[in-house]
Order: sequence, then structure tokens, then C-alpha cells
Amino acid sequence: MPIEVNGKSFETDEEGYLADLSLWEKDLATAMAKEDDIDLGDDHWEIINFLREYYEEYQIAPAVRVLTKAVGKKLGKDKGNSKYLYELFPYGPGKQACKFAGLPKPTGCV
Amino acid sequence: MAVKEFEKPILKEYSPIPKLVEQATSHLAPFKSKEDFQKSLGYPGELVDNWQEVALGKMGDLLKKYRSLRVYMDSCIQCGACTDKCHYYLGTKDPNNMPVGRQNLMRGVYRKHFTLPGKFFPKLVGAVDLTKEVLDDWYSYYHQCSQCRRCAVFCPIGIDTAEISMAAREIMDSVGVGQKYCNEIIGKVHKIGNNLGLPKPALADTLEGLEEDVEEDIGVDVKFPLDVKGADVLLITPSADFFAEPHVDGLIGYAKVFHQAGISWTLSSHASEAANFGMFIGSYDNMRKLALRIREAALDLGVKRIVFGECGHAWRVAYSFLNTLAGPFDFLDPRYPVPQHICEVTHDLINKNVLQFDKSANDGKIITFHDSCNVARASNMGDIIGGQFSLPRDIIKATTNNFYDMDDETIMEKTFCCGGGGGLLTDDLIELRMKGAQPRMEALKRVVEDHGVTHMAAICAICKSQFSKAFQYYGFELDQIISLHQLVGDALIMNKKEL
Repeated sequence: MPIEVNGKSFETDEEGYLADLSLWEKDLATAMAKEDDIDLGDDHWEIINFLREYYEEYQIAPAVRVLTKAVGKKLGKDKGNSKYLYELFPYGPGKQACKFAGLPKPTGCV
Repeated sequence: MAVKEFEKPILKEYSPIPKLVEQATSHLAPFKSKEDFQKSLGYPGELVDNWQEVALGKMGDLLKKYRSLRVYMDSCIQCGACTDKCHYYLGTKDPNNMPVGRQNLMRGVYRKHFTLPGKFFPKLVGAVDLTKEVLDDWYSYYHQCSQCRRCAVFCPIGIDTAEISMAAREIMDSVGVGQKYCNEIIGKVHKIGNNLGLPKPALADTLEGLEEDVEEDIGVDVKFPLDVKGADVLLITPSADFFAEPHVDGLIGYAKVFHQAGISWTLSSHASEAANFGMFIGSYDNMRKLALRIREAALDLGVKRIVFGECGHAWRVAYSFLNTLAGPFDFLDPRYPVPQHICEVTHDLINKNVLQFDKSANDGKIITFHDSCNVARASNMGDIIGGQFSLPRDIIKATTNNFYDMDDETIMEKTFCCGGGGGLLTDDLIELRMKGAQPRMEALKRVVEDHGVTHMAAICAICKSQFSKAFQYYGFELDQIISLHQLVGDALIMNKKEL
């Protein structure tokens, strides 16, 4: 099901993950989040940007512990935990945040 | 995420057998596998033109190859003992989710094409043609079975619905109708080495981060070695242990055990996955190919022992099939079982007084234990009868002061599936997963109310992920599901002098 943003059409898979990572843009993330009833604020963007940087380097989303540690370092220890990430992304930081960031869905027993 | 609304089960004290609702979950079917995933596993990319002929040919092959399948097709007396034993039936009320109902989807086709009465008097014996509608029913309902084998415990004949589901999935794959979740994942293991598609640099970075975390946390230099040649132990663990919570706390627990016992160990980037989804799709060829990676890694690294981390179906494949799939393992140290479960390693070290615990470290928790289906009903531990039940419980009792089992009818060999096993841990089946979790959640709720249980420990990556979701859905907290080896790691007294 493609998503229409700013007159452009973005192809996604059955679960709404962007088909071509290189086509990602900020407005697309905002539109995807809106579909899930989330208004992206600075806190969300911190996570989304980190995910994209990590993916660029390692070709995979970061492990939850890698993500919480990075968040903890940057935003303070009280935020370096899953609970904080779930508050931002109720469907799970691994899956929902990855979707907004244009990353493929993590697969496996996760 | 856009998940269609569905009726939420109410947790009751005792689960009544629900009244049947025909076709209640006939709308559920997982996403189909894409052409390239299918082809990478050696299957046609899409439904082939002569699919009926191919499917019946494959079914004939399987009936010859697996005598058990023919026995299961022939021997059901429709007694009804299995009907209320499946968590998916209890949660969905759909008669096709009664084990006998699920079996009959294949039995009808079997009778029509492989028995004389079915050929001549189809209506008398419930024989049916393999039509597109029947194929669609197969796709739907053979993906509503988590292959947990609880029904087989209660069947007086011992019919194993899991094997029928596996055969059905193999037949469907052979005509080009595969499941996206399983087949994409199997392709990733063939290509990269694990279910996640986690490449070596990312794995190394993740492990390095864990070393820093543990050092910071307890001041001990616990290593998480990767591809170390000449290590004694090769640890094969689900890649979820690297990636997800609460899995990673289990991995930290294993590392602390190895450290404290002075056992040299390593992970492998080539075989960075314990899971073997080849079993879920009934594919011997894929299961073997995945298992061979473990052999290759063991030979390449020159290890003496192979130990499996907390992964339910991986332990079934390892315990029951590894030697025939990827053996002989005559190059390993004969003093140890091949392979060994991490619980066996820890249990043995506890018995030998190598590990000491400060149980009070876990005093904030009141624990119950979820027996994972593949460990409970398809394996053993410690070479003693029921060891797969007693070893994990012994470890919990050695590391905590507060443990309560759930209702007898829901544990050990009668354990209820978490609701996400057998290749169903995918978001497109979330309705099935949440409904299928109901019997386990009811049993949990009772020990929470009766004994104040705060945490459930498990030894399976799928169970842990499924419960993370189901707990939130049923009003528990996300972090109430934990890895068994988290309890071990948290209570283990570490010898800091060895630094």
C-alpha cells in the first residue's frame, strides 16, 4: 500500500514499511506517525535520527540495549531504558520507530 | 499500528470450554512469502499451474517418507479427547482449531486420494478433493497451529498434530504458497547467519557494548567473545538474545556463568542463530542446511563443546535431531553431551559448588516458570526423566527465595503454548497470538492473585517476545517476563579478584 506525501507516492510492504530506504524523507515519517496517532516531537526525532545513522553504518537496526545506551548517554540516564522508548513508541521501539525511520522491520524472535 | 479490532478475551478463574463458533478465525492467514524468498529456499515463487498434481505428489512422498504421517491420517477414532486441549481453540472458539478439526483438513484429502473407501465412497468417509478452497483453509488453519504438541499428550493414540501441520506447510511450499515470516527468516540465516540478518560488525559492536555495560554494572571484566578459535565452548543462542529485551539479560547471565566457572567460550558470527525455522515449515532440507552451519562453525573454531542458549524449538532440533542432521560430532570432547543446554551447564556447576549465589539479589521478585512447549514435550535435560522440568526449577530455587508453580494442568508436559510458537510470532497474526495466549494468561493471573507472583521466567526467545506483547495486552507489565539466566546472572556472586 503506497503512502502519499507532498504529492509523492512511496511504496511500502504489507506492513507499511518503506520499500526503498533511500527515498525516505522527514515528511514521510510524520505521515506514518500520524497514521498511528503519534505526533512526532523532538524526543521522537532523536530516536529516529539515531536509528538512521546506525543503520547506515551497520545495515541493521540497533539492538535495544545499544539504543537505550545511546539514548541514556545523550539525553540522561533516566531516559536510557525501554520504558521511555515505549512511551514514545507504544508499539515497540524496535518495530514502530524503525518503520518511521524508513528501516526494514526487524525479523526473527523479537 | 493498524491492527483490526477484535474481541478481547476475558481472563477467568477457570477456563470454560467455549461454545463453537464456526469460521471464527477463517479470516486469519499470515502474509504470503514473496517470490524471491520462496526461490532462495528452493520452492516455486508463486502458485504453480498444476498445483493439485504437485501437491498430491508431494503428499504421497511425505506419506511414504514419514510412516508416522500415514498412521496419524489413518488412526484417529474421533474420540474428542483433544478437542479442548489447544490454546488456539480455547482462545478463538473455532472448531477448525480443535486438533481433530485441524487434522481433518488434511485427512479429508488423504482419504479421497490415498484410500480405497475414499475413492469409491467419498461422502461416507468425509473424503474431499483438494480444491483451491481447501488449500486456502490449509493455509489459514495450518498457520493457526504453533506445533506445541499439547494435544498429542492427551490423544490416546498419540497423534501429533504438529507433524501434520509441518507436512501441510511443506506441501504448500512445494506448490509455491509459503509464509512470509518463516521463509524470509530462513533465507536470512542461509545468507547472513541469523534470523535478524545481523551482520558480523553489528554483532561485534553489540557484544562490545554489553562488555562495557556489565563492567560498569558490577565492576567485573566479563567477556562476550566472538569467533575465538580454540575456545572450549561454542555457544549457539537465538539472535534475539543479542537484540531484544528481556532476552539480552539471559545472554549476560550465560556470560557471567562462563566467566565465574572459568570456562573459555565463544560465539560464532557464522552460526549466530540457535533457531531453526526449517522445522516449522517441515523442510528437512532447510533444517539440515541451517544445522550444518553449527557444525561448520564448531570445526572452524576448533571447539570441544557445543552449548545451546535459551531457545525452545532450537533445543528440540538440537537435542533430537542435531546428530543426524549435522553429525557425527566425534571431534568434540566425549565427556560432555552433544549438544548441551545452558541450563545443564549451570545446573551442573551449581551441583559442583562452582557457582555461589546471593539469593537476596532477587528478593524483589516472586517467580513462576513457563515451560516452553518444545523443551517440555520434545526434549530432555540432564539425562534424567523429567530433567527438562526439574533442572530449570532447580536453578530458579538456587537463585531466588520465592517460587510458585502455576496450576498443574498448565505446566510441565501439559504446559500451554505462549501463543506465538511454530512460526506464528508475526504481527499479521496478532489476533491469533493474543487469543491463543489466553489460557497461559489465566494461569498466570491465578498465581499473581494467590501468591503475589511478580515475574515469569522463560527459556525460549519466542515465548519471551510473545509474552512481552501479551502481558501488555492483558494488563500485566512488559518487564514481568524475564530470562531464566537473568535470575542466575543477578544472584551470582562474582569473584572480582580474578580481574
